[in-house]
Amino acid sequence: MGSQGGFYQSKEFLDLVKSIGEARSKAEEDRIVLNEIETLKRRISEPDIPKRKMKEYIIRLVYIEMLGHDASFGYIHAVKMTHDDSLLVKRTGYLAVTLFLNEDHDLIILIVNTIQKDLKSDNYLVVCAALNAVCKLINEETIPAVLPQVMELLAHPKEAVRKKAIMALHRFYQKSPSSVSHLVSNFRKRLCDNDPGVMGATLCPLFELIARDVNSYKDLVISFVSILKQVAERRLSKAYDYHQMPAPFIQIKLLKILALLGSGDKQASENMYTVVGDIFRKCDSSSNIGNAVLYECICCVSSIYPNPKLLESAADVISRFLKSDSHNLKYMGIDALGRLIKISPEIAEQHQLAVIDCLEDPDDTLKRKTFELLYKMTKSTNVEVIVDRMIDYMISINDNHYKTEIASRCVELAEQFAPSNQWFIQTMNRVFEHAGDLVNIKVAHNLMRLIAEGFGEDDDNADTKLRSSAVESYLRILGEPKLPSVFLQVICWVLGEYGTADGMFSASDITGKLCDVAEAYSNDETVKAYATTALMKIYAFEIAAWRKVDMLPECQSLMEELLASHSTDLQQRAYELQAVIGLDAHAVACIMPSDASCEDIEVDRDLSFLNDYIQEAIEKGAQPYIPESERSGMLNISNFRNQDHHEASSHGLRFEAYELPKPAVQSRIPQTLIASTEIVPVPEPMYPRESYQTTMPSIPSDAGSAELKLRLEGVQKKWGRSTYTPATSTSNSTSQKTVNGTSQGDGASTVSSMRETYDSRKPQVEVSHEKQKLAASLFGGSSKTEKRPATGHKAAKASSHVVEKSHVPKSSMEVASEKAAPAQQPPDLLDLGEPTATSTALQLDPFKQLEGLLDATEVASAVNGAPAASRSPDIMALYADTAAGIHNKNDADLLSGLSNPSVTNMPGTTAMPQVTQSSSKGPNPKDSLEKDALVRQMGVNPSSQNPNLFKDLLG
Amino acid sequence: MGIRFILMVNKQGQTRLAQYYEWLTLEERRALEGEIVRKCLARNEQQCSFVEHRNYKIVYRRYASLFFLVGVDNDENELAILEFIHLLVETMDRHFGNVCELDIMLHLEKAHFMLEEMVMNGCIVETSKANILTPVQLLEKT
Repeated sequence: MGSQGGFYQSKEFLDLVKSIGEARSKAEEDRIVLNEIETLKRRISEPDIPKRKMKEYIIRLVYIEMLGHDASFGYIHAVKMTHDDSLLVKRTGYLAVTLFLNEDHDLIILIVNTIQKDLKSDNYLVVCAALNAVCKLINEETIPAVLPQVMELLAHPKEAVRKKAIMALHRFYQKSPSSVSHLVSNFRKRLCDNDPGVMGATLCPLFELIARDVNSYKDLVISFVSILKQVAERRLSKAYDYHQMPAPFIQIKLLKILALLGSGDKQASENMYTVVGDIFRKCDSSSNIGNAVLYECICCVSSIYPNPKLLESAADVISRFLKSDSHNLKYMGIDALGRLIKISPEIAEQHQLAVIDCLEDPDDTLKRKTFELLYKMTKSTNVEVIVDRMIDYMISINDNHYKTEIASRCVELAEQFAPSNQWFIQTMNRVFEHAGDLVNIKVAHNLMRLIAEGFGEDDDNADTKLRSSAVESYLRILGEPKLPSVFLQVICWVLGEYGTADGMFSASDITGKLCDVAEAYSNDETVKAYATTALMKIYAFEIAAWRKVDMLPECQSLMEELLASHSTDLQQRAYELQAVIGLDAHAVACIMPSDASCEDIEVDRDLSFLNDYIQEAIEKGAQPYIPESERSGMLNISNFRNQDHHEASSHGLRFEAYELPKPAVQSRIPQTLIASTEIVPVPEPMYPRESYQTTMPSIPSDAGSAELKLRLEGVQKKWGRSTYTPATSTSNSTSQKTVNGTSQGDGASTVSSMRETYDSRKPQVEVSHEKQKLAASLFGGSSKTEKRPATGHKAAKASSHVVEKSHVPKSSMEVASEKAAPAQQPPDLLDLGEPTATSTALQLDPFKQLEGLLDATEVASAVNGAPAASRSPDIMALYADTAAGIHNKNDADLLSGLSNPSVTNMPGTTAMPQVTQSSSKGPNPKDSLEKDALVRQMGVNPSSQNPNLFKDLLG
Repeated sequence: MGIRFILMVNKQGQTRLAQYYEWLTLEERRALEGEIVRKCLARNEQQCSFVEHRNYKIVYRRYASLFFLVGVDNDENELAILEFIHLLVETMDRHFGNVCELDIMLHLEKAHFMLEEMVMNGCIVETSKANILTPVQLLEKT
C-alpha cells in the first residue's frame, strides 16, 4: 500500500531510506544526512514543486532533524504546507511543524490563522489535524485566539473531535490554568460522554485537576466508581479490550483517580472497596497487563483509607510479584511493598529475603528500587546497615545524578536516625569523601556544628573524645589525594578548632598539615581561607597557652603569599593571622578563646565602649562622624553594589521584583565566610579608609576589619570575623541550640548495637548466612531468625514441584522463595503477552532464532533454491525465499526496475506464488505483497547490508 | 504529564522515530537519545525493562532489531507503559501487516499519525485499534 494514494514515494526518497537503513555507523549516517541537507537546500526552494513532492521533502526534513541535524532552512515550507487543501498534505504539514517548532517560535504566528480556519472546517479530519496542532503549538498568549472554537468543538457530533477538543482544553489548562479556570466544568460534563474514548481521554485532565484540588471533586467518587465497575464488567466495546482485559488503560487511570480521592477520606474510600476488591479477584495475573492493573490496585489500596481485606489481597499480589522470576514483576513488587509498608509495616518481614536478593541483584534498576524501599523503611534500629549499604553503592556508581540523590538520602537518614554522634561523623566522612562536591553545603555546616556541640552539655568527656577521634580521622583522610572542597573545609575547620585541643598532636603537626592543604588545593580559595583561619586559631591557642610559637617556614611563606593575594578575603585573613601572632597572650586569649565556637556572641551594635575614645578624639579637634546618608561626594557602598549589579545582569528592563533579602544561613563559620565574600565587592582602596572610619560607630559591618587594628578589648566577642555580621550570628546561635536539642533526642542508641552490625558486615563464608544476618539487621532484631525458616517453608511448599536452579549457589530457603511462582509466565521482553504462547518459545531469544533462520535459509537457498522456506512461515524465511527465487533473474532487472516506476506491480506478480503459498504470514497478503514489491523496487533485500530492517517486529 | 517522549531506535542506536511531549532543543535531544540508548542497549533481557535516567524513567521493549523507548514521569505505572508499547506495535502491525523496521522508515508520517491518535499532551488518550487506525486509513483514501 506504500505506493498507493497520497503516500507516493519517489525513488530518491526510497534511496535515502535505503542508505540510512544500511548505514553502519553514526559517521556514515551523518555523511548521508549532510548530503541530504545540501540536496534539499537546493531543491526545496525551486519554484512550482508539486505538492506530493513537497510533502516528501518535508518528511525528508523530519528525517534530518530526527537524526540530529538542523533543518531550520525548511521550516517555512512546512508552515506553508499547513495551508494546503489536500488533507494528507495538510496533516503532514502540521505534523512536521509540531515536530520542528516549539510553542514560542516566531513562525507559529503564521500558523495560528490556519488553525483557526481549520477548526471551522466541515471535514472532521481537518478539524482533528488542527486540534493536534493546537495541543502542541498554542502558548499562553495564543490561547484566546482558538479558545472559543475549541469550546464549540466540545459538542461536535464526531467523538474523535470531542476527544481532541477536550485534550486541547487540557493543554490550555496545563499552559495557563487561569485562562481556562472558568471552563473546567466542561471536563466533568465530558466524563459523561456517550463515547468511551472521549470519557477515557477526559480522565487525563480530571486526574490533574483532582491532584491539585481533591476536595472539589469528592462528589464524583460515585461516578468514577460506577464507571470503573462498568469497565471491569466488560460493558465497554470490545474494541477497548487488550489481551482479554477490558479497557485496562482506562481502569488504571480510574484507579489512579480513586487513589487521590480516597486518600485520608474514610467515607469516599468505603465506596471504592467493592469495586477494587472485584478487580483484585478478576484480574488475569498471568498477563503483563493484568499485573499492571493489579499493581495500580495496590497503589490505590495503599493510598485510600485502609481496608483489611483489600490490604490482604494487595499483600498476596505483592508476594506473587516478589517471588516471580521476572525482574519487571520483582521491580513492581518492591515498589508496591514500599507503598504498603506505610500502612502495614509487618508485611516487609515475610519478604525480607526476596528484598535482599533484589538488593544484591546485578540489575541496577532493581537495586535502586530496593534502596528506595529501604529508605522508606529505615528506623533507628537498621539505619546503620542501610546507610552503610547505600554508601557502598554510592561509591560504586558513576552517575552523578543518582549519586547526588543517594548521598542526600544517606545524609538525611543519618541526620534523622543516627544512633551515635561517632557513627554520624564517620558516616558523614564517607559521604563527603566520595560525594563531597555533590552534597548540599548545609550538610557540612551541620557536621561542623555537631562536632562543636557534641552530645550535649553533660558529658564533656565524650565530647572531647568525639573531637579527638574526628581530628584523628581527618589527619588520616588528608593523606588521600583529591578530596572534595566541602570536605576540606570541614576538615580545616575541625583541625583549627580542635587539632591541638587534646594534646595528642603538636601545633606544628597540625599547622604543617594545614599548610599542605592550602598548597595542594591552591586553586580553591575557599579551602585556602578555611586553612588560613585554622592556622590563626592554632597559633592563637598556642600563644594564649604561653607557649612559644615558631611559625613553620611553609606557613610563613603561605602567609606572605596571601598577604599579597588578589582575593581581599584571603588577604585579610593573612593580615589577621599576622596581627594575631604579634599579640600578647592576654589579648589573644580574648579575641580567640579556645573551644568557644558555640558561645553566643553578644554584639554591642552601638559600639558604646568607644564613646570615651571618640569623645577624647573630638576634644582634640577631630571631625565628628557624618552618617553615610548625609555625606556628599562619596559613593556609599550599597550604591556601588547596586550599580555593579545592574550592569552585570540587566540589558533591558527588569520585570521581576528585586529579590528578598536572603535568610541567614544556619551555621556560623561558613556564614562568616559567605558573608565576607559577599560583602567584599567593595573596591580595594576603600579598605584602609574604612578601617579608619570605624571611629564612627554606626557601620556595624566594618567592625570586623577594624577590630584587629583597634584592639577593641571591650568587645564581648571573640575570634575575629564573626562580628562581621553581628545580627545574623546571634540568630545562628539560637538555631544551633534547637538543632542540638533534636539531634540529642535521636542519638539514643547504644554502642553495642553498633558492634552487632559491624559484625554483620564482615564477610562471611556462607552466603546465605550473611544474607540472614543482613535480613535480621534490616528487618528487625533476632526474633526474626525464628521467623525466617517459617516463611521459607511456606514458600517451599507452594513451589515443591518447581525445579530448582542448580547453577545458583544459594540457600534452599532462598531458592524456594525465589521460585515460588511456578505457573507464572516470565513476561519476557519479547513476550507477546498472549496466554497461548508456549513457555519453550519464551525461553528462547526469538531474535536469535530469526538470525538462525536467516542463516539456514540462506545456506539452503544457496544450495538449492526453495525448500527451506517450508520450515517456517516466518517473514524472514519468506524474504529469503523470494530473494532466492527471483534474485538471480532479477539481478539485472532490479537496476532498471528502480528507474522505472511502472515496474511496481511486476515483481509483485512474479512473487505471487510464493506469497500466496505462505499466506499464513500476515493478516493481509495483499499488503505484504505490495510491501514486498516496494522493497525490491528500492533494491533493498534481506540478504543485503541490514537484514534487520525486514524483521517482523512481532516475531 | 505522564509520557515525556517516545523513541524508536534500532540496535545500532539509530533513531527511527522520535516524538517529544515537552520541548527539547536539537542538542538536548541528541544528547538524551545517545545516553539513553547506550544505557538500554547495555542491558540484557533478564534485567528489568525499566531504567532510570536523570529525572526520567525509561520503559523499553525490544522487538526484533528495534527498541521502543518511552520516557515517563516517576509516578507512572511502568508495566502499563510496557503494555502500551506493545499495543502500539500491535496497532502498527495491524496496519502494515507484519510490521518491520523498514515499514516505519518508509511511512514515518503514518507511524506518527498513529501516535498522534494514541497520545496527546503526554497522556494515553486512545487504546482502541479501530479508533486509532480509522483516521489514518481515511487519509490514505484522499
